[in-house]
Amino acid sequence: MRDFLLLLADNTQILGHRLGEWCGHGPELEIDMAMTNLALDLIGQSRNYYQYAADLEGAGRTEDDLAYLRDAREFRNCLLVEQPNGDFAHTVARNFLFDSWHFFFLQALCQSNDDRLAAIAVKSVKEVTYHLRWSSEWVIRLGDGTEESHKRIQDAFDNLWTYRGELLAPAPYETEAANAGYGVDLHAISSRKCSTFSALTQTQSGNE
Amino acid sequence: MNSNIHQITVGDLWNLLETVVDPEIPVLTILDMGIVRRIEIREGDRITVSEFEGRTNTGASVDPENAQILVYITPTYTGCPAMNMIAAHISMELATHGFSDISVREVLQPAWTTDWIPESARQKLREYGIAPPEQAARVERLLFSDVSVTCPRCESRNTEKLAEYGSTACKALYRCKDCLEPFDYFKCH
Repeated sequence: MRDFLLLLADNTQILGHRLGEWCGHGPELEIDMAMTNLALDLIGQSRNYYQYAADLEGAGRTEDDLAYLRDAREFRNCLLVEQPNGDFAHTVARNFLFDSWHFFFLQALCQSNDDRLAAIAVKSVKEVTYHLRWSSEWVIRLGDGTEESHKRIQDAFDNLWTYRGELLAPAPYETEAANAGYGVDLHAISSRKCSTFSALTQTQSGNE
Repeated sequence: MNSNIHQITVGDLWNLLETVVDPEIPVLTILDMGIVRRIEIREGDRITVSEFEGRTNTGASVDPENAQILVYITPTYTGCPAMNMIAAHISMELATHGFSDISVREVLQPAWTTDWIPESARQKLREYGIAPPEQAARVERLLFSDVSVTCPRCESRNTEKLAEYGSTACKALYRCKDCLEPFDYFKCH
Protein backbone atom coordinates (compact mmCIF):
# COMPACT_ATOMS: atom_id res chain seq x y z
CA MET A 1 0.00 0.00 0.00
CA ARG A 2 2.83 2.41 0.86
CA ASP A 3 4.52 1.96 -2.56
CA PHE A 4 1.21 2.44 -4.33
CA LEU A 5 0.50 5.65 -2.38
CA LEU A 6 3.97 6.98 -3.12
CA LEU A 7 3.51 6.30 -6.84
CA LEU A 8 0.35 8.45 -6.84
CA ALA A 9 1.95 11.06 -4.62
CA ASP A 10 5.14 11.32 -6.67
CA ASN A 11 3.30 11.49 -10.01
CA THR A 12 1.14 14.39 -8.87
CA GLN A 13 3.92 16.18 -7.01
CA ILE A 14 6.43 16.07 -9.88
CA LEU A 15 3.92 17.15 -12.54
CA GLY A 16 2.68 19.86 -10.17
CA HIS A 17 6.19 21.25 -9.81
CA ARG A 18 6.85 21.03 -13.55
CA LEU A 19 3.71 23.09 -14.17
CA GLY A 20 4.72 25.48 -11.40
CA GLU A 21 7.86 26.28 -13.40
CA TRP A 22 5.60 28.10 -15.85
CA CYS A 23 4.54 30.59 -13.18
CA GLY A 24 5.30 34.04 -14.62
CA HIS A 25 6.44 32.54 -17.96
CA GLY A 26 3.16 31.46 -19.61
CA PRO A 27 2.51 32.55 -23.21
CA GLU A 28 -0.55 34.51 -22.01
CA LEU A 29 -1.71 35.64 -18.59
CA GLU A 30 -4.75 33.32 -18.70
CA ILE A 31 -2.62 30.33 -19.67
CA ASP A 32 -0.13 31.18 -16.96
CA MET A 33 -2.94 31.22 -14.37
CA ALA A 34 -4.40 27.99 -15.72
CA MET A 35 -1.10 26.12 -15.46
CA THR A 36 -0.41 27.34 -11.93
CA ASN A 37 -3.96 26.39 -10.92
CA LEU A 38 -3.40 22.91 -12.37
CA ALA A 39 -0.17 22.78 -10.37
CA LEU A 40 -2.01 23.77 -7.21
CA ASP A 41 -4.57 20.98 -7.66
CA LEU A 42 -1.84 18.41 -8.26
CA ILE A 43 0.24 19.49 -5.26
CA GLY A 44 -2.92 19.36 -3.14
CA GLN A 45 -3.64 15.83 -4.33
CA SER A 46 -0.05 14.74 -3.67
CA ARG A 47 -0.34 16.05 -0.09
CA ASN A 48 -3.33 13.80 0.52
CA TYR A 49 -1.35 10.77 -0.64
CA TYR A 50 1.83 11.71 1.25
CA GLN A 51 -0.16 12.33 4.46
CA TYR A 52 -1.77 8.93 4.11
CA ALA A 53 1.58 7.24 3.45
CA ALA A 54 3.11 9.01 6.46
CA ASP A 55 0.18 7.91 8.67
CA LEU A 56 0.58 4.32 7.46
CA GLU A 57 4.29 4.37 8.20
CA GLY A 58 3.64 5.61 11.72
CA ALA A 59 7.36 6.31 12.07
CA GLY A 60 7.09 10.01 12.79
CA ARG A 61 7.92 11.08 9.24
CA THR A 62 5.72 13.85 7.85
CA GLU A 63 4.32 14.48 4.39
CA ASP A 64 7.23 16.89 3.78
CA ASP A 65 9.80 14.25 4.71
CA LEU A 66 8.30 11.92 2.15
CA ALA A 67 7.95 14.59 -0.51
CA TYR A 68 11.34 16.24 -0.17
CA LEU A 69 13.76 14.11 1.83
CA ARG A 70 13.76 10.84 -0.07
CA ASP A 71 16.57 9.94 -2.43
CA ALA A 72 15.92 10.41 -6.15
CA ARG A 73 16.11 6.63 -6.70
CA GLU A 74 13.23 6.08 -4.28
CA PHE A 75 10.79 8.11 -6.37
CA ARG A 76 8.08 6.00 -8.00
CA ASN A 77 6.70 8.49 -10.54
CA CYS A 78 6.34 7.63 -14.22
CA LEU A 79 8.92 9.17 -16.55
CA LEU A 80 6.30 11.14 -18.44
CA VAL A 81 5.58 13.60 -15.60
CA GLU A 82 9.22 14.55 -15.08
CA GLN A 83 9.88 15.39 -18.75
CA PRO A 84 11.00 19.02 -19.03
CA ASN A 85 8.35 21.56 -20.00
CA GLY A 86 9.89 22.41 -23.38
CA ASP A 87 7.70 24.83 -25.30
CA PHE A 88 4.01 25.33 -24.52
CA ALA A 89 2.96 22.63 -27.01
CA HIS A 90 5.30 20.17 -25.31
CA THR A 91 3.73 20.93 -21.92
CA VAL A 92 0.21 20.59 -23.38
CA ALA A 93 1.04 17.23 -25.00
CA ARG A 94 2.63 15.91 -21.79
CA ASN A 95 -0.38 17.00 -19.75
CA PHE A 96 -2.84 15.54 -22.23
CA LEU A 97 -1.12 12.15 -22.17
CA PHE A 98 -1.12 12.23 -18.37
CA ASP A 99 -4.62 13.73 -17.87
CA SER A 100 -6.29 11.30 -20.26
CA TRP A 101 -4.84 8.45 -18.20
CA HIS A 102 -5.24 10.14 -14.80
CA PHE A 103 -8.95 10.82 -15.33
CA PHE A 104 -9.83 7.17 -16.01
CA PHE A 105 -7.43 5.97 -13.35
CA LEU A 106 -9.12 8.13 -10.70
CA GLN A 107 -12.60 7.13 -11.86
CA ALA A 108 -11.59 3.52 -11.22
CA LEU A 109 -9.86 4.41 -7.94
CA CYS A 110 -13.17 5.86 -6.66
CA GLN A 111 -14.22 2.18 -6.35
CA SER A 112 -11.22 1.33 -4.15
CA ASN A 113 -12.09 -0.86 -1.16
CA ASP A 114 -9.91 1.45 0.94
CA ASP A 115 -12.18 4.25 2.20
CA ARG A 116 -9.49 6.89 2.54
CA LEU A 117 -8.05 6.23 -0.92
CA ALA A 118 -11.54 6.24 -2.45
CA ALA A 119 -12.30 9.57 -0.74
CA ILE A 120 -9.13 11.13 -2.19
CA ALA A 121 -10.05 9.79 -5.65
CA VAL A 122 -13.62 11.12 -5.49
CA LYS A 123 -12.24 14.51 -4.54
CA SER A 124 -9.43 14.51 -7.14
CA VAL A 125 -11.42 13.30 -10.14
CA LYS A 126 -13.54 16.45 -10.01
CA GLU A 127 -10.41 18.53 -10.42
CA VAL A 128 -8.83 16.30 -13.03
CA THR A 129 -11.99 16.51 -15.16
CA TYR A 130 -11.12 20.16 -15.71
CA HIS A 131 -7.45 19.30 -16.28
CA LEU A 132 -8.45 16.96 -19.11
CA ARG A 133 -10.80 19.57 -20.55
CA TRP A 134 -8.01 22.12 -20.52
CA SER A 135 -5.31 19.98 -22.15
CA SER A 136 -7.74 18.44 -24.69
CA GLU A 137 -8.93 21.84 -25.85
CA TRP A 138 -5.36 23.05 -26.29
CA VAL A 139 -4.34 19.93 -28.24
CA ILE A 140 -7.18 20.64 -30.66
CA ARG A 141 -6.49 24.36 -30.81
CA LEU A 142 -2.77 23.94 -31.49
CA GLY A 143 -3.40 21.12 -33.97
CA ASP A 144 -5.97 23.16 -35.89
CA GLY A 145 -4.20 26.50 -35.45
CA THR A 146 -1.36 27.66 -37.65
CA GLU A 147 1.20 25.61 -39.53
CA GLU A 148 3.66 26.48 -36.77
CA SER A 149 1.39 25.42 -33.89
CA HIS A 150 0.43 22.22 -35.71
CA LYS A 151 4.09 21.35 -36.24
CA ARG A 152 4.94 22.04 -32.61
CA ILE A 153 2.17 19.91 -31.09
CA GLN A 154 2.98 17.11 -33.55
CA ASP A 155 6.68 17.29 -32.63
CA ALA A 156 5.72 17.20 -28.96
CA PHE A 157 3.61 14.06 -29.37
CA ASP A 158 6.36 12.43 -31.47
CA ASN A 159 8.79 13.18 -28.67
CA LEU A 160 6.56 12.09 -25.76
CA TRP A 161 4.65 9.19 -27.30
CA THR A 162 7.18 6.64 -26.06
CA TYR A 163 6.43 7.51 -22.43
CA ARG A 164 2.70 6.74 -22.57
CA GLY A 165 3.12 2.96 -22.33
CA GLU A 166 4.48 3.13 -18.80
CA LEU A 167 1.16 4.50 -17.55
CA LEU A 168 -0.60 1.25 -18.42
CA ALA A 169 2.20 -1.17 -17.52
CA PRO A 170 1.72 -2.12 -13.86
CA ALA A 171 4.65 -2.36 -11.46
CA PRO A 172 4.46 -5.41 -9.14
CA TYR A 173 3.02 -3.32 -6.29
CA GLU A 174 0.33 -1.96 -8.65
CA THR A 175 -0.72 -5.48 -9.57
CA GLU A 176 -0.75 -6.34 -5.88
CA ALA A 177 -2.90 -3.22 -5.22
CA ALA A 178 -5.35 -4.18 -7.97
CA ASN A 179 -5.60 -7.78 -6.72
CA ALA A 180 -6.17 -6.63 -3.15
CA GLY A 181 -8.98 -4.33 -4.31
CA TYR A 182 -7.58 -1.00 -3.17
CA GLY A 183 -5.78 -0.31 -6.47
CA VAL A 184 -6.79 -0.13 -10.12
CA ASP A 185 -6.79 -2.75 -12.87
CA LEU A 186 -4.84 -0.88 -15.55
CA HIS A 187 -5.96 -3.26 -18.32
CA ALA A 188 -9.59 -2.42 -17.63
CA ILE A 189 -9.10 1.32 -17.95
CA SER A 190 -6.97 0.93 -21.07
CA SER A 191 -9.93 0.34 -23.40
CA ARG A 192 -11.96 3.25 -22.00
CA LYS A 193 -8.93 5.46 -22.52
CA CYS A 194 -8.51 4.27 -26.12
CA SER A 195 -12.06 5.26 -27.01
CA THR A 196 -11.37 8.80 -25.75
CA PHE A 197 -8.23 9.02 -27.86
CA SER A 198 -10.05 7.89 -30.99
CA ALA A 199 -12.93 10.32 -30.35
CA LEU A 200 -10.43 13.15 -30.14
CA THR A 201 -8.55 12.02 -33.25
CA GLN A 202 -11.82 11.97 -35.17
CA THR A 203 -12.63 15.50 -34.04
CA GLN A 204 -9.24 16.64 -35.26
CA SER A 205 -9.38 14.92 -38.63
CA GLY A 206 -12.98 16.09 -39.10
CA ASN A 207 -11.85 19.68 -38.79
CA GLU A 208 -9.07 19.37 -41.31
CA MET B 1 -17.71 34.36 32.42
CA ASN B 2 -21.34 35.28 32.59
CA SER B 3 -22.47 31.77 31.73
CA ASN B 4 -24.91 31.91 34.67
CA ILE B 5 -26.74 34.75 33.01
CA HIS B 6 -26.68 33.53 29.42
CA GLN B 7 -26.42 29.83 28.72
CA ILE B 8 -24.28 29.30 25.62
CA THR B 9 -25.66 26.70 23.20
CA VAL B 10 -24.45 24.80 20.14
CA GLY B 11 -26.66 27.13 18.10
CA ASP B 12 -24.51 30.05 19.32
CA LEU B 13 -21.43 28.20 18.05
CA TRP B 14 -22.96 27.98 14.58
CA ASN B 15 -23.81 31.70 14.76
CA LEU B 16 -20.16 32.45 15.52
CA LEU B 17 -19.03 30.36 12.54
CA GLU B 18 -21.54 32.23 10.37
CA THR B 19 -19.34 35.32 10.83
CA VAL B 20 -16.26 33.67 9.28
CA VAL B 21 -16.04 34.48 5.57
CA ASP B 22 -14.33 32.73 2.68
CA PRO B 23 -11.03 34.63 2.19
CA GLU B 24 -11.27 34.33 -1.61
CA ILE B 25 -14.95 35.32 -1.83
CA PRO B 26 -15.59 37.55 1.20
CA VAL B 27 -19.33 37.92 0.48
CA LEU B 28 -19.85 34.26 1.33
CA THR B 29 -19.51 32.80 4.80
CA ILE B 30 -17.96 29.39 5.32
CA LEU B 31 -21.48 28.14 6.10
CA ASP B 32 -22.79 29.50 2.76
CA MET B 33 -20.05 27.46 1.10
CA GLY B 34 -20.87 24.33 3.11
CA ILE B 35 -17.24 24.10 4.25
CA VAL B 36 -18.09 23.34 7.91
CA ARG B 37 -19.52 19.84 8.09
CA ARG B 38 -19.86 19.15 11.78
CA ILE B 39 -19.12 20.48 15.27
CA GLU B 40 -18.22 18.09 18.05
CA ILE B 41 -18.29 19.23 21.68
CA ARG B 42 -16.59 17.15 24.34
CA GLU B 43 -17.21 17.93 28.00
CA GLY B 44 -15.85 15.19 30.20
CA ASP B 45 -17.58 11.99 29.09
CA ARG B 46 -20.31 13.84 27.26
CA ILE B 47 -19.93 14.18 23.49
CA THR B 48 -22.39 16.31 21.55
CA VAL B 49 -22.32 16.14 17.76
CA SER B 50 -24.00 18.80 15.68
CA GLU B 51 -24.20 18.18 11.95
CA PHE B 52 -24.27 21.03 9.43
CA GLU B 53 -27.09 19.41 7.49
CA GLY B 54 -30.21 20.24 9.46
CA ARG B 55 -28.13 21.85 12.25
CA THR B 56 -28.75 19.09 14.77
CA ASN B 57 -28.56 19.49 18.57
CA THR B 58 -28.46 23.28 18.46
CA GLY B 59 -30.21 23.56 21.82
CA ALA B 60 -27.50 21.69 23.75
CA SER B 61 -25.60 23.85 26.22
CA VAL B 62 -21.85 24.40 26.02
CA ASP B 63 -19.50 25.53 28.77
CA PRO B 64 -16.76 27.51 26.97
CA GLU B 65 -14.25 27.05 29.75
CA ASN B 66 -14.45 23.28 29.96
CA ALA B 67 -15.57 22.21 26.51
CA GLN B 68 -13.26 20.82 23.88
CA ILE B 69 -14.51 22.03 20.50
CA LEU B 70 -13.74 20.14 17.31
CA VAL B 71 -14.76 21.78 14.06
CA TYR B 72 -14.70 19.56 10.95
CA ILE B 73 -14.16 21.37 7.66
CA THR B 74 -13.88 20.06 4.11
CA PRO B 75 -11.72 21.61 1.38
CA THR B 76 -13.38 22.97 -1.76
CA TYR B 77 -10.31 21.95 -3.83
CA THR B 78 -7.49 19.73 -2.57
CA GLY B 79 -4.91 22.44 -3.17
CA CYS B 80 -7.06 25.29 -1.85
CA PRO B 81 -4.58 27.64 -0.13
CA ALA B 82 -7.40 29.23 1.88
CA MET B 83 -7.95 26.20 4.13
CA ASN B 84 -5.26 27.10 6.66
CA MET B 85 -6.55 30.64 6.86
CA ILE B 86 -10.13 29.44 7.33
CA ALA B 87 -9.01 27.10 10.13
CA ALA B 88 -7.14 29.99 11.79
CA HIS B 89 -10.16 32.30 11.51
CA ILE B 90 -12.43 29.68 13.07
CA SER B 91 -10.05 29.25 16.01
CA MET B 92 -9.71 33.02 16.46
CA GLU B 93 -13.45 33.61 16.33
CA LEU B 94 -14.16 30.96 18.97
CA ALA B 95 -11.20 32.05 21.10
CA THR B 96 -12.41 35.65 21.23
CA HIS B 97 -15.70 34.31 22.62
CA GLY B 98 -14.10 32.52 25.53
CA PHE B 99 -13.42 29.06 24.09
CA SER B 100 -9.93 27.84 24.88
CA ASP B 101 -9.75 24.25 23.62
CA ILE B 102 -10.39 24.40 19.86
CA SER B 103 -9.28 22.02 17.10
CA VAL B 104 -10.10 22.26 13.42
CA ARG B 105 -9.85 19.05 11.40
CA GLU B 106 -10.19 18.34 7.69
CA VAL B 107 -12.47 15.67 6.27
CA LEU B 108 -12.62 14.62 2.61
CA GLN B 109 -15.84 12.65 2.59
CA PRO B 110 -18.38 13.46 1.32
CA ALA B 111 -16.46 15.44 -1.30
CA TRP B 112 -17.40 19.11 -1.43
CA THR B 113 -19.64 20.09 -4.31
CA THR B 114 -21.03 23.37 -5.62
CA ASP B 115 -24.45 21.71 -5.32
CA TRP B 116 -24.25 22.61 -1.60
CA ILE B 117 -24.27 26.35 -2.29
CA PRO B 118 -27.86 27.49 -1.55
CA GLU B 119 -29.81 29.96 -3.71
CA SER B 120 -29.35 32.73 -1.11
CA ALA B 121 -25.57 32.42 -1.48
CA ARG B 122 -25.84 32.23 -5.28
CA GLN B 123 -27.68 35.56 -5.22
CA LYS B 124 -24.86 37.04 -3.08
CA LEU B 125 -22.35 35.79 -5.69
CA ARG B 126 -24.27 37.47 -8.53
CA GLU B 127 -24.41 40.75 -6.63
CA TYR B 128 -20.66 40.49 -6.08
CA GLY B 129 -20.09 40.02 -9.83
CA ILE B 130 -19.46 36.26 -9.93
CA ALA B 131 -21.76 34.03 -11.98
CA PRO B 132 -22.84 31.07 -9.79
CA PRO B 133 -22.61 27.44 -10.98
CA GLU B 134 -25.24 26.85 -13.69
CA GLN B 135 -26.11 23.20 -13.12
CA ALA B 136 -25.61 20.19 -10.91
CA ALA B 137 -22.08 18.79 -10.83
CA ARG B 138 -21.82 15.57 -12.87
CA VAL B 139 -18.38 14.52 -13.96
CA GLU B 140 -19.41 12.99 -17.32
CA ARG B 141 -21.34 16.06 -18.38
CA LEU B 142 -18.60 18.44 -17.28
CA LEU B 143 -15.98 16.70 -19.37
CA PHE B 144 -16.76 17.95 -22.87
CA SER B 145 -19.97 19.96 -22.71
CA ASP B 146 -20.17 23.71 -22.31
CA VAL B 147 -22.81 25.44 -20.23
CA SER B 148 -24.51 28.67 -21.12
CA VAL B 149 -23.51 31.17 -18.45
CA THR B 150 -25.56 34.24 -17.52
CA CYS B 151 -23.73 37.55 -17.08
CA PRO B 152 -24.04 38.56 -13.40
CA ARG B 153 -24.13 42.26 -14.36
CA CYS B 154 -26.70 42.53 -17.18
CA GLU B 155 -28.25 39.03 -17.09
CA SER B 156 -27.51 38.45 -20.78
CA ARG B 157 -26.90 34.85 -21.83
CA ASN B 158 -24.81 36.07 -24.75
CA THR B 159 -21.48 35.28 -23.06
CA GLU B 160 -18.28 33.48 -24.01
CA LYS B 161 -15.55 31.65 -22.12
CA LEU B 162 -12.12 33.30 -22.21
CA ALA B 163 -10.23 30.82 -20.03
CA GLU B 164 -10.99 27.55 -18.26
CA TYR B 165 -9.19 28.82 -15.13
CA GLY B 166 -9.73 32.29 -13.72
CA SER B 167 -8.38 34.04 -10.65
CA THR B 168 -8.68 30.79 -8.66
CA ALA B 169 -8.98 27.12 -9.64
CA CYS B 170 -12.69 27.12 -8.81
CA LYS B 171 -13.52 29.85 -11.33
CA ALA B 172 -13.40 30.27 -15.11
CA LEU B 173 -13.05 33.61 -16.89
CA TYR B 174 -15.97 34.69 -19.09
CA ARG B 175 -16.91 37.80 -21.06
CA CYS B 176 -20.34 39.22 -21.71
CA LYS B 177 -20.80 40.02 -25.40
CA ASP B 178 -23.61 42.49 -24.63
CA CYS B 179 -22.26 44.65 -21.79
CA LEU B 180 -18.66 43.68 -22.72
CA GLU B 181 -17.63 43.16 -19.08
CA PRO B 182 -15.39 40.23 -18.19
CA PHE B 183 -16.53 38.22 -15.17
CA ASP B 184 -15.69 35.17 -13.10
CA TYR B 185 -17.85 32.07 -13.34
CA PHE B 186 -17.91 29.69 -10.38
CA LYS B 187 -17.49 26.30 -12.08
CA CYS B 188 -19.67 23.29 -11.29
CA HIS B 189 -17.66 21.02 -9.08
